[in-house]
Amino acid sequence: MQKTLLEVRNISKSFPGVKALEDVCFSVKEGSVHVLCGENGAGKSTLMKIINGIYQPDGGETLIKGQKVEITSPIKAGELGVSMIFQELNYTPEMTIEESLFAGRWPKKSFGRVDWKTIRQKTLQLLKQENLSYDPETKLKDLSISNLQMLEILKAISRDADIIIMDEPTSSITNKEIEILFEKIADLRARGKGIVYISHKMDEIFRIADEISILRDGKVIETRPKDQFDIDSVISLMVGRALGQGYPKEEVPVGDVVLEVDGFSGPAGFSNVSFNVRKGEIVGFAGLVGAGRTEVMRALFGLDDRFGGTVKVHGAPVRVRNVQDSIRNGVVMLSEDRRRYGIVPIRDVKENVTLASMDQFFQKGRLNASKERSRVEEICKKINVKMASIDVQVSTLSGGNQQKVVLSKWMLQDPDILILDEPTRGIDVGAKFEIYKLMTNLVKEGKSIIMVSSELPELIGMCDRMYVMAEGRITGELDRAEFSQEAIMRYAMNMTRKAV
Amino acid sequence: MNNLMTREKWQTIKSRYSIYLVLIVMIIVCNLLNENFLSPRNLSNISAQISVTTILAFGETILIIGGLLDLSCGSVLALAGVLSVYVFKETGSLSLAFAVGLIVGVLCNFVNGILVRRFNIPAFIATLAMMTVARGIALLFTKGQNIYQIGDYVWFGQGKIGFVPLPVFFMIIVGIVTWYILGHTSFGRSLYAVGGNEEAARASGINVGRIKIGAYLINGAFVGLAGILLMARTNVGAPNAGQGYEFEALTAAIIGGTSFSGGLGTAGGTLAGAFIVGFLNNIMNLTGVDSYLQQVIKGGIIALAVGYDMWAKVNRTRKTLGAAKLPNERKEAKA
Repeated sequence: MQKTLLEVRNISKSFPGVKALEDVCFSVKEGSVHVLCGENGAGKSTLMKIINGIYQPDGGETLIKGQKVEITSPIKAGELGVSMIFQELNYTPEMTIEESLFAGRWPKKSFGRVDWKTIRQKTLQLLKQENLSYDPETKLKDLSISNLQMLEILKAISRDADIIIMDEPTSSITNKEIEILFEKIADLRARGKGIVYISHKMDEIFRIADEISILRDGKVIETRPKDQFDIDSVISLMVGRALGQGYPKEEVPVGDVVLEVDGFSGPAGFSNVSFNVRKGEIVGFAGLVGAGRTEVMRALFGLDDRFGGTVKVHGAPVRVRNVQDSIRNGVVMLSEDRRRYGIVPIRDVKENVTLASMDQFFQKGRLNASKERSRVEEICKKINVKMASIDVQVSTLSGGNQQKVVLSKWMLQDPDILILDEPTRGIDVGAKFEIYKLMTNLVKEGKSIIMVSSELPELIGMCDRMYVMAEGRITGELDRAEFSQEAIMRYAMNMTRKAV
Repeated sequence: MNNLMTREKWQTIKSRYSIYLVLIVMIIVCNLLNENFLSPRNLSNISAQISVTTILAFGETILIIGGLLDLSCGSVLALAGVLSVYVFKETGSLSLAFAVGLIVGVLCNFVNGILVRRFNIPAFIATLAMMTVARGIALLFTKGQNIYQIGDYVWFGQGKIGFVPLPVFFMIIVGIVTWYILGHTSFGRSLYAVGGNEEAARASGINVGRIKIGAYLINGAFVGLAGILLMARTNVGAPNAGQGYEFEALTAAIIGGTSFSGGLGTAGGTLAGAFIVGFLNNIMNLTGVDSYLQQVIKGGIIALAVGYDMWAKVNRTRKTLGAAKLPNERKEAKA
């Protein structure tokens, strides 16, 4: 019989005006992986924050190894053996691996001096024990996200954590890195740790779960061992309705070439990239993280520099020195990093939506407020942004709705070509589907879309044609009929290079 | 849901108008402490006293909203002022002197803008350098001597339009200009975006560099004007004038709710902030509070005001994140 490491009973939590969690029961056994899934806003984060001591529950009790405890702070959680690895890692870029591993609990010598020797020893020992070959002096800023994650796991291990919570750890790492992570998880599991794993990626969930719990509207809808679930039942329980596996893809007649990029090279590490996009087409860009897709798109949009290459829009060569040029050419881009490049969080929806099209509402520099309101309301309704009013701060909206605000911003421009870089990253299933629908509607209106994504199923589902990039070059081009995960992965790993 | 909407609305109203509430409470309290406080003469005095720093505060407000800052305004004010006075003494032309004052202010801030934009020097450092340089030039130019007998130049400081002293009149004009720029022009809108998230502004096609330089140029005109008014009010072209005014201006802007992290702030808030400081000084003088103690109290109030603002902000985000996000998402899930 496996011991139960962590158990919460009848946990409830309310925020002003809403019940975030209602009578939630949840437990983790030793040596097992318990996957928690649910749409954004279902209450997963709230539950995890309670277990990690960031929030205090209004009611219910928490037991660790059968003992009733009160987790009053993340520090307390750490002492009780709970470690959380956040989806978005916060780290101090200039710290080294060894410094960060023991941050806040550096061993001391006399006069409060830090005992670096012991730190080095312990670090090397830990790295050896975990079979990792990091240099303890590497600075965190030089590590990839997956390495940073691994470091967080190491930290948890070095603190003797029994319960490790991972919040969507695979949302921004490559497939190869996911394998490494999963190996580590299997290893931790074998060592008797209890792991809470939050994700909405179905293939992952079914690979690593021992148990699955589904959270919806602040309640645990179902908890069962993995083999009593299948993908369809998980999805329908998550969204509370049956969702077809299919994508809302419709055949649209494809017209002339509207965008032609030739011989693009840039300092961001891509060279000789050439491709074209036709009217009414959704063109995908596949590749592993770091293949240079985002960099090419940023240069095309005028955000980054490039060494060389030409751009033709509707057959005519155009100059793209900055974003303004690009917008004038009818090319807009939705960035992969919404919080950094998409929204101005502390300003309201209205200002965010009109940010790129102020010339439509400011005649001779003067604001036409009523015209602005009605246009913004119209476009937000069309894109289906859910909000109390257009005067609320964008930071208060959910990820999916923030993404829709950015889309609304670009729709006001009525662009011909949209570059969508990871348009569905970090948003829930329902909102994803809406974005796919919107893409279909846009190409039906005769617009063209470049879709960059790391999720192969959505690329295969939505695109008419696909380019695959690896190491800063285009390594393959596929038509819809040729789409398959295997073919794309071969190009993405650059295994099809011709023998010279 | 209805309950939630009213709560959200109430919170917006509270955060938007709380500064005016503070102002009103302050007027009531001051009036109780001293019956002369609300006399037209006293109010007119206070307005004239705060006019110069308030004009500077409007400039700082514009800059801080854009994620910038000007530490040099006190020095540039002195440089613009003494050059303006000098030109008046040489030519006798009030309009020429006025123009020179503005131009000097604008030029110095053009340099500030270039340093920040072209050379990527943090605004704090760039304007710190300008603070020293401008003061130095003002002292070099006058050989450290005050310029006396400035004649008709005093009209800028002591003249009246109707019953309104000219400095107060200019303060109102600058306030209206600031209000208009911030709320009704695409420049203002862009400025909030640049301060709120510079990268997102750039990725939305806003020419960030132009906005930043624009903000400095506007500030420059305000600083130049403030220089003219101060020299005229004090009846002397003093190269040492305006020391520490940058902090008075920053104080007014911050108490008025301008967020140091950028992207938030209003002209009305800054005006209220300036009056709060002005009233505070006035009532402490009227009730005979020790002048050294006054400094302590003023500093304490800054810490209190900003502390409250930050505290309210954290609370607000917690509440709205908890309250606004979830119901939205729930609707989405059910849609």
